[in-house]
Amino acid sequence: MNAPPLEIHDMTVAYHRKPVLWDIDLTVPEDSLVGIVGPNGAGKSTLIKAALGLIPLASGRVTFYGEPYGWQRHRVGYVPQRESVDWDFPVTVSDVVMMGTYGRLGWLRRPGRHQRSIARQCLEQVAMADFADRQIRQLSGGQQQRVFLARALAQDAEIYFMDEPFAGVDAATESAILRLLQSLRECGKTVLVVHHDLQTVRRYFDNVILLNMRLIAAGPVEATFTNENLHKTYGGRLTILDEAAEAVRRGGPER
Amino acid sequence: MTLDYLTIVVLLGTSLLGGVAGVTGTFAVLRRRALVGDVLAHAALPGLCLAFLLLGALHFAGLVVGALLSGLIGLGLITLMCNGTRTKEDAALGIVLSTFFGVGIVLLSIVQQRATGGQAGLNSYIFGQASVMVRQDVYLIGAVSATALIVIVLLYKELKLLSFDPGFARAQGWPTFTLDLGLMGVLALVTVIGLPAVGVVLMAAMLILPGATARFWTDRLGHMLILAGLVGAGSAAAATLISAGLLEAWLGLDPFAFGDTSVNLPTGPLIVVCGTAALLFSVAFSPRRGVIAALANTVRLRWRTGLEHLLSTMYELSEGQPTARPAVPLKAVLERRAWRPWQARAILWWASRRGLVELRDGSAGLTQRGAVHAVQVVRAHRLWELFLIHGADIAPDHVHRDADAIEHLLPPETIEHLEAVLAETGKMPGPMHGDND
Repeated sequence: MNAPPLEIHDMTVAYHRKPVLWDIDLTVPEDSLVGIVGPNGAGKSTLIKAALGLIPLASGRVTFYGEPYGWQRHRVGYVPQRESVDWDFPVTVSDVVMMGTYGRLGWLRRPGRHQRSIARQCLEQVAMADFADRQIRQLSGGQQQRVFLARALAQDAEIYFMDEPFAGVDAATESAILRLLQSLRECGKTVLVVHHDLQTVRRYFDNVILLNMRLIAAGPVEATFTNENLHKTYGGRLTILDEAAEAVRRGGPER
Repeated sequence: MTLDYLTIVVLLGTSLLGGVAGVTGTFAVLRRRALVGDVLAHAALPGLCLAFLLLGALHFAGLVVGALLSGLIGLGLITLMCNGTRTKEDAALGIVLSTFFGVGIVLLSIVQQRATGGQAGLNSYIFGQASVMVRQDVYLIGAVSATALIVIVLLYKELKLLSFDPGFARAQGWPTFTLDLGLMGVLALVTVIGLPAVGVVLMAAMLILPGATARFWTDRLGHMLILAGLVGAGSAAAATLISAGLLEAWLGLDPFAFGDTSVNLPTGPLIVVCGTAALLFSVAFSPRRGVIAALANTVRLRWRTGLEHLLSTMYELSEGQPTARPAVPLKAVLERRAWRPWQARAILWWASRRGLVELRDGSAGLTQRGAVHAVQVVRAHRLWELFLIHGADIAPDHVHRDADAIEHLLPPETIEHLEAVLAETGKMPGPMHGDND
């Protein structure tokens, strides 16, 4: 079966009758690193959440590998925004990572030795193995982010959705995440990342989705991440526009 | 005091109830639904009265069903109000809680005016009356407790995930709405069977207090649930015994008696008082989250900071002088530090007691041990200064203050690491001469 990892047809999402995303049509190719880029309030997180069925669609259809999400959940991994949970919750780091295995475990079965070893491996991949037994309250922002990534790895998926993993993390975590993204792609996985640092888009991703309530453009970075498209995406927001132009100028000649 | 049969029945009933309310309430607290129990309890009252009016007698099973239904209808209304109108959740909670309670009180007075035998029993649902508990009630409480505990044990993994990260749970395919509904159902069941004993007004405390107390003592969900159960059962048992005259038996007199009249203390409110006592004890004495521990930490850090400031100031003042460990005039030390006189006296006294400083009149000198310690402190301090100037984009004129604050928080390994990094780049400060070289 060669259906693409993610296909979105005619997706419209509305909050309180006010549409947030309009008529999105999108196909994400296999083993690609995709950045989802757009201004604040452009619906980047909404796109991910709607694709994962966390927000109801006003219209449209989403398929994963040619089938609806319900059939393909085990092939999908998710990293929510770090702020979405209470980091004072009484669980340890390895407890959180093991939650990634719950989907495959199914109802009533308890995580056991196998799940613990999965959690340990995933923590090693994000260089957090030493923290396995810590309470999550004791982690820094970057460490929290890495724990969430490890949990997604424990889902053992083929396509990953990450909601702003680079937001507010230290340099060490940023490079750790980047290494992880690249190794995921080398293993043939597809990763979609909500990202808002225009400067690094060219360096981090090979595909880009430009979004501002509707789909502005999507495709390989070289062809898509152009000054013109960024203009369309960011409209009259001057400061960001400057930044965008700068990003294009800097990234352009090197490629 | 010997416990008579009736007291033992009540004791069993309230302890079971306290335990199961503690365990289920913990999930409500963690799921940020602490007030749901309160709403359920208050919203149950109209259902109770209607059931009584329809069934015409104190038919316990009927009353439970009526209470459950109207409690859940109340919760449903809150959800509808939040989703369908612009009402915020806290406002919706308040509206539903007081409206249902008001309707309940109106219905209650109708029930009372139609005087039949069972009305007194119904009246006790407002503040609760544990002392009239009979064996059948204990069986019912036991059955509900067993059901609730079995559900929680079986669905432990699912409920843990739901409480920590509902979004992730839904993405993973768990029916979070149904799970939430199940959790609320269990909570509603426990609330309703608790009403006759504790009453509509106080039931929420039985759900919330044990979980809140347990959180002070553990960082593991499993331990927290067990502890909440024990705290809930313990405070209910203590309250029952006090109400049954335990204090009177112990102290040889009734502490709550006024003159000659002995006062009968109600069990339900006593349970809440005991639970609050447990919470206050935890707030004060929990080793990691308690107020006293936090205070002790602050004081310890202040002392350490003061001591290290003293040592480093004395070291800096004696640096470059011909004699090792010269006596430093206290005035010079005080000029460099913004200490009040009593602070300076306390710190000097502490330093000399620990054998780090020798006090002579008007001046002070580092002892051998003090000098070694001072060299460590100054070295760490200077390492940080260098690191912050070269390693971080902080204005150099701000560095001194930051270094001061941070040097007391640095573990020794970090200092070693910094040293290595700075040595590599040739920025390691030259050897410091104390008298130990």
